[in-house]
Amino acid sequence: MDDNKKKQWTENTIFLVVILGCGLGVDNTYYLQIMTFIGINTLLALGLNMLMGYAGQVSLGHAAFYGIGAYTTAILSGTYGISPWAALVCAVSCAVFIAFVVGLPTLKLSGYYLGMGTLGFGMIVNILFREWSTVTGGSSGFVGIPMLEAGPVSFMSGRNYFFLVWMVVLVAVLLCRRILSSRMGRALRSIHDGENASLAVGVNTHFLKLQIFMFSAALGAVAGFLYAHFVMFISPESFGFMVSVKMVTMVVIGGMASVWGALLGASLLTLLPEVLHGFAEYEMIIFGLILMVVMIFMPQGLTRGLLDIYEHSRKRDKRHGN
Amino acid sequence: MQEIIQYLFSGITTGAIYAVIAVGLSMLYSSTELINFAHGEFVMLGAMAIVTLWVHMALPLPLAFAGAVALGCCMGLLFERLAIRTARTPQPIVLVIITVGASIFLRGVAMIVWGKDPFSVPAFSRHDSIEIAGAALLPQSIWIVGAAVLLAGGIHFFLKKTLTGKAMVACAVNKKAAWLTGIPSEKMGILAFAVSTGSGAVAGIFIAPITMSSYDMGTMLGLKGFCAAMIGGLGSLWGAFAGGILLGVLESLGAGLISSGLKDAIAFILLLLILYICPGGLFSAKEAKRF
Repeated sequence: MDDNKKKQWTENTIFLVVILGCGLGVDNTYYLQIMTFIGINTLLALGLNMLMGYAGQVSLGHAAFYGIGAYTTAILSGTYGISPWAALVCAVSCAVFIAFVVGLPTLKLSGYYLGMGTLGFGMIVNILFREWSTVTGGSSGFVGIPMLEAGPVSFMSGRNYFFLVWMVVLVAVLLCRRILSSRMGRALRSIHDGENASLAVGVNTHFLKLQIFMFSAALGAVAGFLYAHFVMFISPESFGFMVSVKMVTMVVIGGMASVWGALLGASLLTLLPEVLHGFAEYEMIIFGLILMVVMIFMPQGLTRGLLDIYEHSRKRDKRHGN
Repeated sequence: MQEIIQYLFSGITTGAIYAVIAVGLSMLYSSTELINFAHGEFVMLGAMAIVTLWVHMALPLPLAFAGAVALGCCMGLLFERLAIRTARTPQPIVLVIITVGASIFLRGVAMIVWGKDPFSVPAFSRHDSIEIAGAALLPQSIWIVGAAVLLAGGIHFFLKKTLTGKAMVACAVNKKAAWLTGIPSEKMGILAFAVSTGSGAVAGIFIAPITMSSYDMGTMLGLKGFCAAMIGGLGSLWGAFAGGILLGVLESLGAGLISSGLKDAIAFILLLLILYICPGGLFSAKEAKRF
């Protein structure tokens, strides 16, 4: 147990050092911007990973919470001039409340039915963003989101925003790990392995799934808040079905049930379009292929899959050696 | 009154398309327990193939039709062989993501092959629209409804009356038992896939003249098809058909009487209501399992 704690400490310290190194060492605004986006996507992937990887509940409409966070803060701070920090509280509570209301009936479903239920929810929210144009600006988007300020510190510059986002990511990582090593985390894993079994030993699976759904909605809303104040312009396309699929892909590729996997998946999926910029036409093909190939051959995700291959080849080498 | 009849006509037309899509999905589900999230892309392939074969290459319509359906079937076969059969752990969540990946892949391929511009296809017959009680009924609508009934009837006949079809139903009921009695269950799975994607292509061919066809038309149609299949009860053929018609009519009435912007939301609201209240669907006799 102590060993485990020590390992987590070193991992977190390395993570912090890497963040500081990247933030202070990189001067190029473009790179800083991309790394900020990676941070925002990591938050999204972390939240969904808790739901998919640990609790084993698929959600094909998670971009809805991302959008609810972004639009709540945009409307409150942009239209009504409320301080963005107060808007953050509203955004998160709004997302959590909606997650509660939606999750109550939806999480009783499972398998394909759950996927479809969450998909339907995501579509309805997205249509609402598009059609409620007096409030959300409709399909042309919402302009005029103020930038963030905290006393004398302005988050106008790329570097300050980078640190803000990654500090939030760090807090989220620590929070997730705390939850996972608690009683709740163990109960969650038991749902993943066998819902009936965990029900039989006294885990209130429905309530637990609901809690984790609300938690991941909250993380999504925080990511939406950060995204809205970073880009300062939001439109319904940023929160559509494709974005939900992208989030699922991040979790799946990075490796379900792994906190660092979420980071890897988010980085890969954020960097991929940038790298493929020259082949913008082929982006969808490559994206779809990666999704299929990873799922076909490494359903545990890249991190686990590559580790398996490595261990397998080492074993074979040993056998040949003998 | 006249308006309502007009909405009903257009609702039944789009509803028939949804019905064909839903029947394909439902059939695949009942014989392989798989939900193909890429089904809408096969609809798109059918529409795009008819654009190329009939409009651009000026082949005779029956030939172009056969070609487009064959393309749908072949792509379905390839998809089953390459992506579904090779999956190492065929759990629902893995298969869902594989089919979602396939849907993005097919859309990407279509974007490169056909470009981003939408195409229009002329109606199959050049008759004038018929007027009934002051509402115009397009000949294409009759084509679509006729084709939908014919296709659903054909699949029904195939499953109930032919030996191959019965073997397929047997596989759906119990794969292992069917295999023990000598039914090649693997082949039946492939056949189910081909029939399902082929019927998706048929839906695409018939919808092409009443809408603009482009590489990204499939996703929404596929999703609506799910909604229809869910309304009717997943796995029930005529339930899916009825669900499709019901969805089309409600959508058309909602768009006409309430707001056209919310048209797309209607399908998903219905979907959620069905999932919450009776996940077995409206027309399904037996209680569906929730997994």
